[in-house]
Amino acid sequence: MGSPRWFYQFSGRLLPWLAVPALLLLVGGCVWGLAFVPPDYKQGNSFRIIYIHVPAAVVAMGAYMIMAVAGAIHLIWRMKLAAMVMKSIAPVGAMLTFLALLTGAVWGKPTWGTWWVWDARITSVLILFFLYLGVIALHQAFDNRDAAAKACAVLAIVGAVNIPIIYYSVEWWYSLHQPASIKFVGESTIHSSMLRPLMATLTGMYLFLGWAVLLYTRAEILDRERNTRWVKDLVLSSDPRGPASNKG
Amino acid sequence: MSPLSSLPVAMAATLRREVLVASRRGSEWANPLLFFVMVCSLFPLGLGPDPRQLANLAPGILWVVALLAAMMATEGLFRSDFEDGTLEHMLLSPLPLYGHVLAKTLAHWLLSGVPLSILSPLLAVLLQLPPTGMPALMVSLMLGSAVLSFIGAIAAALTVGLRRGGLLMSLIVLPLYIPVLIFGSSAVQSAVEGVAVLPQLAMLGVFLLLAVAFAPLAIAGGLRISCDQ
Repeated sequence: MGSPRWFYQFSGRLLPWLAVPALLLLVGGCVWGLAFVPPDYKQGNSFRIIYIHVPAAVVAMGAYMIMAVAGAIHLIWRMKLAAMVMKSIAPVGAMLTFLALLTGAVWGKPTWGTWWVWDARITSVLILFFLYLGVIALHQAFDNRDAAAKACAVLAIVGAVNIPIIYYSVEWWYSLHQPASIKFVGESTIHSSMLRPLMATLTGMYLFLGWAVLLYTRAEILDRERNTRWVKDLVLSSDPRGPASNKG
Repeated sequence: MSPLSSLPVAMAATLRREVLVASRRGSEWANPLLFFVMVCSLFPLGLGPDPRQLANLAPGILWVVALLAAMMATEGLFRSDFEDGTLEHMLLSPLPLYGHVLAKTLAHWLLSGVPLSILSPLLAVLLQLPPTGMPALMVSLMLGSAVLSFIGAIAAALTVGLRRGGLLMSLIVLPLYIPVLIFGSSAVQSAVEGVAVLPQLAMLGVFLLLAVAFAPLAIAGGLRISCDQ
């Protein structure tokens, strides 16, 4: 399981099984949500951005927790693969967080009349974005790959302690400053006709995360193992599936 | 003597040494304070001297600048120990690294956070903060700066081996500072408005207890990583 070569070959077979359902669910869920779900009685059609916005935000949070767990696994069991997964999640998670912020702003303009509010939930997602950028920056600052992975693991774990704080800041922030003027739609209050396509895009987004992280991890494996025989063979062979299939 | 029974002695020695070294190198503890004073004095120049506007902004300004000063003070926390080999001796010592790190962070707070809190009423007056906000400002800074010291020490430990750790440290540490800032400045704000301050101060206390319990683990881990490479 820990062997990079084995993982590279295994993940190569796994990729289409993630990419195809991810694409189908994301595109299908969006078409379903955009074209077939009736408009919201209050927000009209503008609510439809939730089919991208909510999955991006949820998966961005989930990805951070996976990154922190991968970091912990690397620190505890010295598993190199966990370090590679941890490093690979950071850019994908940062991108998803940015997507959540961007779609949130696009949605906020027609709904609240403003691109940006210092609402606790929005601010907390912004912090999440900064945490991802911090992990990426810390990783790049080290020359030594192992030290970088360990340092990032510590930072990811410390940052994960911040996530419940961020989560509950919805209540703290406004109970201390001013009454809540913005309420997010809870899952229980959403109509099932809107919920089903949302579940589809959410699942699709998680599969997309898996696919993107695998691609980054595979690139990282090739980079780390670039002096080994199997990587040289792989690069020289024209078949993208690897040298093993050439012989057959 | 067993290693654990000599831990308090070692911690006291570390604490004494840190305070002694800092007292002989005045710039170490004086520069963050100077930074605090100077940056605070920039705001009336930039925003205009209108007393009412300044009074509104004062809690936030004081807390943000205190936070930046604390960050600058923490940056070099382990640098000289790393360069002259003291840090390696700490790692090799039979005593738990936890204790050393705790003592060092405590010393750092005594030399940076406490003077900052004591100095803060002076700047609060300059920024027209109403007198009712003063006690909350001092107490929130006293508690909050201790949390900032612990969080900052984690980032300082992770970046101590890097040549250009300064800017990187701010990237790592500022997101983690945000909850402290929220509760600290809102405590002062509530005090000015005459609302109960205790909830925010209690939260800062909770952060501090969590930081004392868990941050030394992360700091010790960071130091081991930085020394290993």
